[in-house]
This record gives sequence, structure tokens and C-alpha cells, in this order.
Amino acid sequence: MNLLEIENLSVDFETRSGLFRAVDRVSLTVAPREIVSIVGESGSGKSVAMLAVMGLLPKTARITADRLTFGGENLLGITPAARRKLIGKDIAMIFQEPMSSLNPCFTVGFQIGEALQTHLGLGRAARHTRSIELLEQVGIPEPETRLRAFPHQLSGGMSQRVMIAMAIACSPKLLIADEPSTALDVTIQAQILDLLVRLRDEKDMGLVLITHDMGVVAETAERVVVQYAGQQVELAETVDLFRDPHHPYTAALLAALPERATEKRLPSIPGVVPGQWDRPVGCLFSPRCGFAVDRCRREAPKPCGPDLGRALCHFPLVGGEPRRDLEPAGAAR
Amino acid sequence: MTAPILEAHDLVKNYVVSRGMFAPPGTVKAVAGISFSLEERKTLAVVGESGSGKSTLARMLTLIEHPSAGSLSIAGKDVTRVDGAELKALRSTVQMVFQNPYGSLNPRQTIRKTLEEPLLVNTDMPAAKRRAEAEDMLARVGLRPEHADRYPHMFSGGQRQRIAIARALMLRPKIIVLDEPVSALDVSVRAQVLNLLADLQQEFALAYVFVSHDLSVVRHIADEVMVMYLGGVAEHATKEAIFAEPRHPYTRALLSATPMADPGRKKERIVLSGELPSPFDPPSGCVFHPRCPIAFDRCRVEKPVVTGTAGHLAACHAAEAAAMPGAA
Repeated sequence: MNLLEIENLSVDFETRSGLFRAVDRVSLTVAPREIVSIVGESGSGKSVAMLAVMGLLPKTARITADRLTFGGENLLGITPAARRKLIGKDIAMIFQEPMSSLNPCFTVGFQIGEALQTHLGLGRAARHTRSIELLEQVGIPEPETRLRAFPHQLSGGMSQRVMIAMAIACSPKLLIADEPSTALDVTIQAQILDLLVRLRDEKDMGLVLITHDMGVVAETAERVVVQYAGQQVELAETVDLFRDPHHPYTAALLAALPERATEKRLPSIPGVVPGQWDRPVGCLFSPRCGFAVDRCRREAPKPCGPDLGRALCHFPLVGGEPRRDLEPAGAAR
Repeated sequence: MTAPILEAHDLVKNYVVSRGMFAPPGTVKAVAGISFSLEERKTLAVVGESGSGKSTLARMLTLIEHPSAGSLSIAGKDVTRVDGAELKALRSTVQMVFQNPYGSLNPRQTIRKTLEEPLLVNTDMPAAKRRAEAEDMLARVGLRPEHADRYPHMFSGGQRQRIAIARALMLRPKIIVLDEPVSALDVSVRAQVLNLLADLQQEFALAYVFVSHDLSVVRHIADEVMVMYLGGVAEHATKEAIFAEPRHPYTRALLSATPMADPGRKKERIVLSGELPSPFDPPSGCVFHPRCPIAFDRCRVEKPVVTGTAGHLAACHAAEAAAMPGAA
């Protein structure tokens, strides 16, 4: 059974100038022991979608979905009290910036102990033992003394590991990691990713990895969701996605990676991600797409079948060439 | 072969840090003896973790910090010996592009003012000429003339970095120090900026010092790579040599830790334990030995010197032994 099931999740923000759609009909399932990655550039709505799952969005956000369940429990109509029982215990999240996500006024030990007290009702001594155990698990040397340290006394890598320790304190079934290694050096990043994969193996948890680093995706994830301007443009197995991307955006993103380049000049994607004001009428990627034809600019595409990575494209790529003959699944006619 | 435009010899930067009221002040060796040279139209990539001294090196090259010892010559002039007007003239031959384009542009200045300011400060160019120069440079970095009267907040990250690059080029420098210029940018925009940098290098015959920790970008843009660890050089070689046969165990660990966008490839990952040691009391012998997977007795007592064949230098006892078979 799937841990997390999301079907057509949309998030709109009420802004002074009207509704802004940050996440547009995203669907995703995560099974236990599965590592799913969400990739996309800044502004693609990848963090917002997961914050909606956590229920951490501000009041101005309007969340709609056909289905949003965790372990069979509906997260859309859930009462705040029931949500508080779930969040931090069964679903945990590692936030992007460890330095600003930890509370500077409290010691590391206190902050880890908080979740243990709230969710597991552990006493002082039990919390202390468990906290030390957690810090050891995430590879922090001298955990006894570190428990008394304040966040500012820790380096970036250390704080990130403390965040992970807090997230896994109650052995969550699902861990959402939002750019867990972006601000860190490559050697520390490797340690953190290894740690997350090891935790997955030991505790059978599902892992959602939000990142913009294609290298991290290739090395850790089993399935990948590619998001562009709030929309889910492709969903595929990692190996398939890197071998034969079906959406032109995915293909362009992969081609723009320096390590995949064959020439001195990198094939870049012209233009920028559309904002609130310049959203195109048809396909959102059409102004930047090398294969776009009139129909793309006029008509919003529907997702293709699973064999084509659910690519949100009128003419999905096969072997780098657009399939003009193909009608996407579910299209009229 | 042309004469090097930038030459450093045994460059050292120490900081004296107060460690409390009763403790004696400590000395941090931020950069401990670095030598290299760079020619025009070439790119030297400086790679290392945070705390490795790469930013301090960048600050010395841009004449923001004065070296504590050693010599540094820019365009044939030793910066440790000149001062006054000559030093001022030298400053305009080295310019810098910073990591975060959101913080490095003045939010209250229009792009035109930002671009004209270096000219206003350093030259006696008339206003009309300055204006023309700024507009010309804007076009060269791929922005439109109407962008000149806008403010930084109206631009995306990639555009801002283009503006920062344009500003660095206003005084027609010979050397540009790029401090992680693309690490704050998204993949699609990163490729645009890297292409722009490559074009400008050819157009203005620039030498780049490219500070980065992203080895995939370094592999693409650099001619030479210098790997730094705790203020010193671990390995320095041509790009081809360093990626094909890294000699220093730290370089190997860095390469293996860099995620590659190729899911089929199985590789052995060398995970370094621990973090960079404190520069207050660096480890004895080789500074890398506490984290090194192949450290042996000699590494703990004797500091390795940077040696090797031309074009491939490394500071490692093991690499030294391997380079000279039978000598160990």
C-alpha cells in the first residue's frame, strides 16, 4: 500500500492582484522504502507542494486536490489536532536552511527532546538517552557535549545533521527532505545523502527528496517528478528519465548540465520561467521550447500515458525527436 | 607562450584573532604558501570546501587584503611593493564577481548608475561617454538598453549575475576573480551564464580565477585546477590530468563525492569522515591525515611538500612515492 497518495493537488495563493497558482495539478504516490525525487528550478512549486502535504502553508493558500491521503487518512479534511498528532511523528520534514530553521534560543538537546516529549511522552532521562542515540546515528561526534550546544556553535553540516536527527526522532514513515544538502560542501553532501539512504534501509521509511541537482537525483532516487512553473511535466523511473527524457524541458535540463556537454558551448534554455504576469496561454514551456509549434502556443497539453513518462506535452520526445503522430492519452478525438 | 598576467609565489595570509580576555591571541593561517601563475585567456579553477582559504585567496588577488608574506604580481608588477597611484591603477586590472547576485548589487541604484560608478570613481570620462559605455556593456552581456533604468529587484537571478559581470568589465580588467558565480543560479540559467563567461573571455582576452566547489562546472570551464585544503595546495594540475588521474587522496574523495547525472554508472564513493579541522591548531604533519583513508606513519609527522612533474603537482607522501617507483 502506498504511504502517500496525491492526485491533482493544486495550491493557489491569494495575492493582492488575484489568485496565483503555485502548484498546478500534481500527482504523486510514495510507497514505503521508496525514494522519490522532485526536481525543478526555483519557483516550480516543488517545496510548496510538499508544504501543502505537511499543512504548513500560510492562510492565504488554497489547497485543492482530488485525493490527498497519508496511510489511508485523508489529509484535506483533517482537524488541526489530528494533524498535530501526525506531523513530526509519522511525516517529518527536513527544511532547506538548517541555520535558519533551528531555534537560536534553545540548545540542540532541547529541540530534539521536544518532539520526543510531545509525540512519545518520554521522560527526561529517556529523552536524554534517545537524543544521544539519534545524534550518534546521524554521525555527530561527542553527542553528549553537542546536546548542550546552541545552533550558532555548530557548522552548517552539523546543523543539517541535527535537523535530520530531529526529523527521524520518532521514526517517521515518510520523510520529506527539502534540498537537504544544497548549502553544504560536496564531501558533507555525500555524507548526508548516504545517511538518508541508510535510514531508509534500516527503518523502511519512504523518502521524498526535493532538489534541483540532477546529480543528486541520479545517484539516490528511484523515481523522479520533474516540475516546471508549478506543473508536473514528467514522472518516470530515474534510469528511464536520464536515458530517454520525454518532455522537452527535461531533455533541455539534462542537456544543460556541464557534465553531459560534449562541446565548449553548453546548450542552454533561452528565456526564464514565466511568472505571475507572463503565463503563456498554451503550454507553459512553449516560449522556451525548441520544438514548439502553433498548437503548443494555443492549447494547453494533457499528460501522456505512463509509457511516455506522463509527459505534459502535445508532442512528447522519443529518442530526442518529437512524436508528431501521437495524440496524448485522454485527449479529445 | 605569453608571459603570465598573474603570478603568485608562496602567498601567505595570517589573521590574528583574539580568543578572549585571558587567552593569548591566536594566529589563523588562512592561506599558507600558495604559488601559481595564470596567462590571459586561461581559467584557473580554485576548488575546496568552505574554510579551505579559497575566499581569502580571492580577496588577496583582488587586492582587498594585503598578503602577509610572499609575492603577488599582477601584469608584471609586484603588488607587495607598489603603493599610491600605481596600486590604484593595478586595482582596476583585477575585478571580482560575487557569489550572490541578490546581495552584491545596490538595491537603490539603477543598473545604469551601478555600471557607471566604476568609471566615475576611477576615470575622468565625460558623462556622455560613460553613458554610452554602460549601454554598450549591457548589450554585450545580453541585456536590452531599456534595462538600464531599472532597479536590481526587477531582475531574475541570472540577469542580475549578468549585470554583476557587466559591472566587473566596465574598467576593462585583465583578470576577473569569479567567486562561485553560478552556484546561486538554476540549471537552465547557469548554462546561459557559463556560455556568456566563455564568450567574454575570448572577446576581452580575460584571465579567470574561478572559485567553485562544483566540480562539474569546473570540469567544463577550467584550463587548470587547483585543489585547496586548509589554506594549502593539495593538488594543482591541468584539468585533463586532475580528472583523469587525481593523485591526492583529497582530490579523489572530492571527485567521488560529486554527484554525477548518470544513474547507470556505479562508482566507489570515498566518504570522508569528519569535517575540516580548525585552522587554529592544524593537525601535525600532513594537514589532511586525520581524514585521509591511506594515511601512514610518515603523514602524521612530516608535512609533505608540493612536488611533481610539470603540469601536475601534489602535496602527498603517497603520491610522491607512487610517482617515483623504487624510491620509497
